Amino acid sequence: MPVPKVPDKGSVTRRGFGVLRVAIWEEPGIFALSVLASMLYGGMTVAGGWALGWSTDHVIRPAFESGETTTGAIVTLISLFLGIAILNAIGVVGRRLGAGVMQFRLQATYRNRVTRQYLKLPLEWHHQHSTGMLLSNANADVESTWFVIAPLPMAIGVIAMLVFATIAMFAADVWLALVGCLVFPLVFIANVIFQRYLQPLATRAQQLRADVSEVAHESFDGALVVKTLGREAAETERFRGPTNALRDANIAVNKARGMFDPVIDGLPRLGVLAVLLVGVGRVRSGGADAGDVVQVAFLFTLIGFPIRALGWVLGELPRSVVGWDRVQRVLTATGGMEYGEARLTSTKAARLQVAGVRFGYLPERDVLAGMDFTIEPGRTVAVVGPTGAGKSTLTTLLTRLVDPEQGAVKVDGVDLRDLARDELAGSVALVAQTAFLFDDTIRGNITLGGDYSDDDVWEALRIAQGDGFVKALPEGLDTKVGERGTTLSGGQRQRIALARALVRRPRLLILDDATSAVDPQVEARILAGLRSAVHDDAGAATTVLVIAYRKATISLADEVLFMDDGRILAHGTHTELQSSTPAYRDLVDAYENDAERRLEEAELDLDAEGATA
Amino acid sequence: MSAAEASRLDHGDNAGGLQTLKDGLKVSPELGRGWGLTGILALTMTAGRIVVPIAVQQTIDKGLSGPNGPDMSYVAWMCLVCALGVILTAGASYLTTVRLAINSESGLATMRIKAFRHVHDLPVLTQSTERRGALVSRVTSDVDTVSQFLQFGGFIFIVSLGQMALATVVMFFYSWQLALVVLLCFIPLFASLKYLQRAMSAAYGVVRAKVGEMLSAISEPVVGAQVVRSYAIEKRTQDRIDASIEDYRKTATKAQAITGLTFSIGGLAAGLANAGVLTVGVLLGVDKQATLGELLAFMFLVSLFSDPVQIATQVLTDARSAFAGWRRVLGVIATPADVVDPGEDGVKQARGPITVEFNHVDFAYPEGELVLRDVNARIAPHRRVAVVGETGSGKTTFAKLLTRLMDPTSGAVRLDGVDAREISFESLRERVVMVPQDGYLFDASLAENVRFGRPEVTDAELVTAFESLGLTDWLESLPDGLQSPVGQRGESLSAGERQLVALVRANIADPDLLVLDEATSAVDPGTEVRVNAALERLMAGRTSVTIAHRLSTAEAADEVLVFDDGKIVERGPHAELVGAGGVYTQLHDSWIAQRSAV
Ligand SMILES: Nc1ncnc2c1ncn2[C@@H]1O[C@H](COP(=O)(O)OP(=O)(O)OP(=O)(O)O)[C@@H](O)[C@H]1O
Ligand SMILES: Nc1ncnc2c1ncn2[C@@H]1O[C@H](COP(=O)(O)OP(=O)(O)OP(=O)(O)O)[C@@H](O)[C@H]1O
Ligand SMILES: [Mg+2]
Ligand SMILES: [Mg+2]
Repeated sequence: MPVPKVPDKGSVTRRGFGVLRVAIWEEPGIFALSVLASMLYGGMTVAGGWALGWSTDHVIRPAFESGETTTGAIVTLISLFLGIAILNAIGVVGRRLGAGVMQFRLQATYRNRVTRQYLKLPLEWHHQHSTGMLLSNANADVESTWFVIAPLPMAIGVIAMLVFATIAMFAADVWLALVGCLVFPLVFIANVIFQRYLQPLATRAQQLRADVSEVAHESFDGALVVKTLGREAAETERFRGPTNALRDANIAVNKARGMFDPVIDGLPRLGVLAVLLVGVGRVRSGGADAGDVVQVAFLFTLIGFPIRALGWVLGELPRSVVGWDRVQRVLTATGGMEYGEARLTSTKAARLQVAGVRFGYLPERDVLAGMDFTIEPGRTVAVVGPTGAGKSTLTTLLTRLVDPEQGAVKVDGVDLRDLARDELAGSVALVAQTAFLFDDTIRGNITLGGDYSDDDVWEALRIAQGDGFVKALPEGLDTKVGERGTTLSGGQRQRIALARALVRRPRLLILDDATSAVDPQVEARILAGLRSAVHDDAGAATTVLVIAYRKATISLADEVLFMDDGRILAHGTHTELQSSTPAYRDLVDAYENDAERRLEEAELDLDAEGATA
Repeated sequence: MSAAEASRLDHGDNAGGLQTLKDGLKVSPELGRGWGLTGILALTMTAGRIVVPIAVQQTIDKGLSGPNGPDMSYVAWMCLVCALGVILTAGASYLTTVRLAINSESGLATMRIKAFRHVHDLPVLTQSTERRGALVSRVTSDVDTVSQFLQFGGFIFIVSLGQMALATVVMFFYSWQLALVVLLCFIPLFASLKYLQRAMSAAYGVVRAKVGEMLSAISEPVVGAQVVRSYAIEKRTQDRIDASIEDYRKTATKAQAITGLTFSIGGLAAGLANAGVLTVGVLLGVDKQATLGELLAFMFLVSLFSDPVQIATQVLTDARSAFAGWRRVLGVIATPADVVDPGEDGVKQARGPITVEFNHVDFAYPEGELVLRDVNARIAPHRRVAVVGETGSGKTTFAKLLTRLMDPTSGAVRLDGVDAREISFESLRERVVMVPQDGYLFDASLAENVRFGRPEVTDAELVTAFESLGLTDWLESLPDGLQSPVGQRGESLSAGERQLVALVRANIADPDLLVLDEATSAVDPGTEVRVNAALERLMAGRTSVTIAHRLSTAEAADEVLVFDDGKIVERGPHAELVGAGGVYTQLHDSWIAQRSAV
């Protein structure tokens, strides 16, 4: 059965009731229980008023007037009031617990759904949404959607309470009951007006809280830039804006509350006074007795507070609707990748084909166009190209982080789109350009929960030239690396990321400039390790695609793909490209040319000096 | 986060309530203002609450049972007076709320801003593992907890206490015997309260911890989306998330159960008190020691007493977590900033050629071993210095000390002979700028990012800046030019482009000393050589320190500093070092082998 629909249009209250319906539909059992408990509570609250009226007439007044009483009467009194109190307490516990269970279950259910969606939606979708917003969708928004559940059972109990109270009042005296019929609706209307008035103020405060948080988040995230450019004071000014706005919004909320609270509080009190006044008249005319007056007055006192629960529910509805909409935006987002059934069964090096691939992030600008090439199993291919040529973009296509708009990427002849879910990761490993580490241990960052022995991990670290520094750490593989790996140096982070790929012994290894932050000596050792690792006894076990600028890395390669502006400009061996493609030559020889230029300049300077001397 | 760091940040977390209040007042003086009038108003509104019980007693004893039967006019007059009392109470209540709100919200805003400013001075932000998220929550949710408590609970709490006290006094005024009965009935509640409170705050402590775990589990697939996807660890990630969500649900439900129990115990106590008062009241009435009106008024007083008791028990939990939140924020403010701005007292240096000296500098990260040992160096004006060395040898650390992102553990860094610690930040940051290893960009337009260091720069100057680094073509290739959005952390640009933007940003800031920490590591060699040549031209008149693994930079430098394991092991011009047969020779050999391999 599908989740009931929440109307897209209509008043906030109407939509809010739609959200409540969803909640009840999701958790009908616990909802019924908590409503029952709450009705018990409502009934017993009214019974408290009735009991006082009844005992005034039947026990207390006779005792005061006659000057004597019986044990039986006393026992009746005690058991009446205690019994009501116990049942009331049971009602309260049941109501609160029920509301809590329901609220937290709903939160959990929706958090599960939201995070499943995060894992399902394509990377493109992730790029379009800010981290802060996604985190708050799964946390704060889910929470605010279901806040309304906390007072919901109580509110329903209050409705029951009002019905019981009205009956009890009419049973006591019609005129007194009419006072009640005047006061209760007034309290209710005051509540509604209050919530209506408060709602935009509260929404604004909520929005400003999000703003404050966003500024703080961004400012702390970019702290190094803020600091190096000495912008702390300016950042503080930037933070002051939303902070002061939030202060004013909170004060406005408080003012509204300060205005309405005494009204909502005072109305039942004035009601009691009215009951006393009318009551005296009724007693004089003989229509009612003192007990009736006391009972109705006491009921007012008892109900004055709980009746606010109705206001709470109404007041939470707008927030709930906003939260619901934000959560729904995630839940209804489409574009999850489709997977096929195909498997990759080979255990040998993979064959990679890229056929007629076109791709762009923005509609008006192709980043890759007319990509066509094949890499035979066991070959090592260097992809070379200037900054912004589209190399990293290509790697995301090869690992199916995104799908091409046109054309196809195939591994062992199978279109990636036909592969079963998770199948590709068993064969292909990517070391991204920016090493991303989780806030986890070094071991956790390498195995990613996979089943690898410590020996495997150390072996991978050895090839990545990371074993030395990891051994030197006091806790070795169990060292926590901090958020995004902040406790490690840039080169250390890269080597952990490299080990993560190597430990999986992939059939296709893709390295995106994965040694940019290590020094030349370490890089040379990594390359040597790689060379022997990808070749097992039977020949090459791994096809390697490496994005690189340095000749040492390029020299590892059997062939070179030179690309610029999203196109392959040349494909061949390094030597071939060097003679055929001037742009390639300029790029890979840049350092040598630069060194030569310097040398010449230095000589010229020397000559010049010599000439002047 | 290590235990010691935790204690550094949560400085004063164990301070008592009074201490918190004192510290809080010092940080936000607004909180202490205008208490005289507010106090009088609060008293008035509390006093107004006993109007109704008195009215009931008067009506029953004088109005209904007067000598000539029910006395209408007496009751009418009394009700009128009481109604005025209720309205007066409402007015006082409004004024109290507003005054309290203005004071507390202004105080909290001040505290929020102070904490924010202070966090930027904390070393944890740039050098340690403390989660940034936790710091963000110090200036957001922690302050919000306090604010919301004050909005919903704090005010009610104070009023409730007043109401309880007043109800007690009036109860004793009407009948000391009945008053004793009421107090007696509440003793079990008060006795169990301490225990229940402890259970509640323990439960909510666990809830908070579980929220933290849940948030960090949820953040994995969001911040690490690419790794999660490319390594197909969705299942493991989802399992972790599910477990943490479930954990949170369980602990939150348990905490809710304890709260519900506490609340119901309050209700039971009230029921007990009702029964007790009626029983004893009837016995007293039989003895003619109490009137009917007094007894019935007492029933109203009991609810006047027990309602706030119940509310207070609940609010007390919120109060605890609000206080804890407050202490956490104050703790951040009380954490000594390692790198302190001397501010007004600081030396303001003239702009111009700069000399840098390192004198016997040692440095260790918190709890770590020394990563720099006895570093001595002198960088003369106009010099181009290259810093090279193995990964992890301390180059970035050196750069951070040079730009005073951190202070040495011992020894001193001097700029033009003045200890960096004595120079005002304003002057220091104007003169010294670093481009860090990861070029961080804000989620804004290209122009806003580049302008970050000097907001007054015009668009035309920005274009010139790109031009001077030879990046005009690239800028023109962007669909929206300077207005192009760069995405979160600059992720809509390629890694190399990101670095180029960070470089332009630093160049615009126009410092006397420019420190580049592998600032072009992801840029292709052709572009790098061009950009470096341009920078060299632009840097005429500036001093520069460049960290690079590509030794082309070292070849071009006036002087090379070679780091090994936290020490400077060699120094001198490239030409001298390359043949010396030391660390540099080895590095350079590998570099040449790499550069010309094939
Ligand atoms: N998420 C994105 N949204 C929009 N444009 C993007 C995005 N990522 C990259 N681009 C653009 O696509 C082009 C290719 O980027 P890519 O990262 O593939 O380059 P690259 O060849 O890896 O460069 P580098 O050598 O600097 O790493 C760049 O011009 C970049 O600005
Ligand atoms: N925030 C930190 N907390 C603890 N230790 C750190 C921290 N940052 C760096 N280190 C350690 O200090 C040492 C020196 O690090 P540093 O970043 O200065 O190296 P580096 O020479 O810049 O290396 P790379 O070339 O890889 O960038 C390393 O062993 C590193 O693990
Ligand atoms: Mg790239
Ligand atoms: Mg470094």
